[in-house]
Amino acid sequence: MAKSSDNNRRKFIATTLQSVGLTALGGLLWSGYSDEVKASPLVLRPPGALPEEDFLKACIKCGLCAEACVNRDSNRNRDGSKRPGTLKMAKGGDHKMIGTPYFKPVDKRKPTWLERASGKYPDDVLQIDEGVPCYMCDDIPCVPVCPSGALDIASVTNEKGELDINMARMGLAVVHKESCIAFWGIQCDACYRACPLLDEAITLEYAKNERTGKHAFLLPVVHSDVCTGCGLCEKACVTEKPAIFVLPREYATGKAGDHYVKGWDKQDQNRVENAKAIHTRTERSEKEAADYLNMEMEY
Amino acid sequence: MKKIKYLLLRRFTQVLMLTLYFGANAYGWHILEGTFGSSVLFGTIPLADPYTTLQVLMTGFVLGADVLLGAAIITLFYFVIGGRAFCSWVCPINMVTDLANWLRRKLKLDKDEVNYRFLKRSARYWIMVLGLIVSTVVGVAAFEVLSPITIMQRGIIFGFGAGISVVIAIFLFDLFGVKNGWCGHLCPLGAAYSIIGSKSLIRVKHDHEACTACMECKVVCPENQVLHMINKESISVTDGECTNCGRCIDVCGDNALAFGIRSFVKNTKQ
Repeated sequence: MAKSSDNNRRKFIATTLQSVGLTALGGLLWSGYSDEVKASPLVLRPPGALPEEDFLKACIKCGLCAEACVNRDSNRNRDGSKRPGTLKMAKGGDHKMIGTPYFKPVDKRKPTWLERASGKYPDDVLQIDEGVPCYMCDDIPCVPVCPSGALDIASVTNEKGELDINMARMGLAVVHKESCIAFWGIQCDACYRACPLLDEAITLEYAKNERTGKHAFLLPVVHSDVCTGCGLCEKACVTEKPAIFVLPREYATGKAGDHYVKGWDKQDQNRVENAKAIHTRTERSEKEAADYLNMEMEY
Repeated sequence: MKKIKYLLLRRFTQVLMLTLYFGANAYGWHILEGTFGSSVLFGTIPLADPYTTLQVLMTGFVLGADVLLGAAIITLFYFVIGGRAFCSWVCPINMVTDLANWLRRKLKLDKDEVNYRFLKRSARYWIMVLGLIVSTVVGVAAFEVLSPITIMQRGIIFGFGAGISVVIAIFLFDLFGVKNGWCGHLCPLGAAYSIIGSKSLIRVKHDHEACTACMECKVVCPENQVLHMINKESISVTDGECTNCGRCIDVCGDNALAFGIRSFVKNTKQ
């Protein structure tokens, strides 16, 4: 009798251990997987989206924003034909957090073998662009429908209490000057003219072409305090791969910090009023100066 | 026809729901918009999945009132109607696992009963709790990252992409792996609805007098542990794991099973 109860106890402990162990195993695998799929940093979110970390917590993946974006009568090309909506819901294989809304102003690919064979795209079509930028609708249909608060309506509402799409900060346009043909001396202002905040988010800077000595450059300059990151400039860019493109603000901006103040600017002093001094200490090196200079250099 | 009455009704509601959701995106219908995570009914009434809502709350994010109200409405609805009615009358994965289960029976894959020692029906409750813990640790609604339910639903509304592989995986798992593997053992959403509906009003009633013990009901039932009273006593199926799918009623040739209102009077047995 005693032996059997001993066996039962042993069995109970073993089963409990097994359950706990398997649960821990599952938890580790699950956490690891979830953490990996979270890491899709180069993604553009709808207007008013919370910072990515909070957005991923908050988004309930309902797709109401995408549905509001897609079903607009104003989604028309210039020739009146219907154009697709901006927002897409990430699906398996998109390498974004599955089920979350995002957009790509430019999404170029080569036609598939099937599309060529069916005659949808003739041989002279080298690449097709399926990206859609944000057209910055005045009534911002995508934000008020968000039930969870992942798209923050307050962030796109001005002091008068009106929705204001110009307050959106979806990303920031960045110019790669080596591939931008305006920097080659060619007169191109496609991005400048495509910008919905004309002459505010992108301005043209005049410079002398020192190479020829007698021509002018008209160079696009993006202003990060105005740019909404809509991507119309990227869409309009004429180069094979756009020389101006939108990156998430997190990746397209730096930060000077409190230990630099603008020269000859009294106002900027106020910015660092509450800054605290940081004291660091480096041990004095025992080495000779020559040793120090030759350190970490092996050829 | 009588033998598939509830089956047809269920397929009708499932397809109707998906059609309405699909139309909301494709044609701009304002009848049922969104996905199961959070929806809007008739353009005004918010609906939200309780387990999804709980996961988001566990990440530490304070959700908008629409989702909280929506989750309360859905919880109340299934609390009354029968918790896992969602599983059998709404969820699109049910069509996939039902097909796998039907094929299993046709191919006679269950002749040799296999004992899955590591996979008990209680696993789903562990997974449900684990999903909440992982949501807190990782800071993202953990089940929503891999839920085949919403992946399939979004696939139908917005396009599948590689997401179709998850649906195929569930099908293969249920067909060649564990019988009722996904819905009956793993799905944490079903587990949550089991708990919500454990006291629900609408229940299947068994008439012991009429029963001829043919056991057809136990063969088709995806949760046949809930049918422990068959040919033993005349009581309702009160277990929350019952999905109220009505297949047992369909296949019963003796009218020994029917939907009814749960009786709150304590049974006089024993």
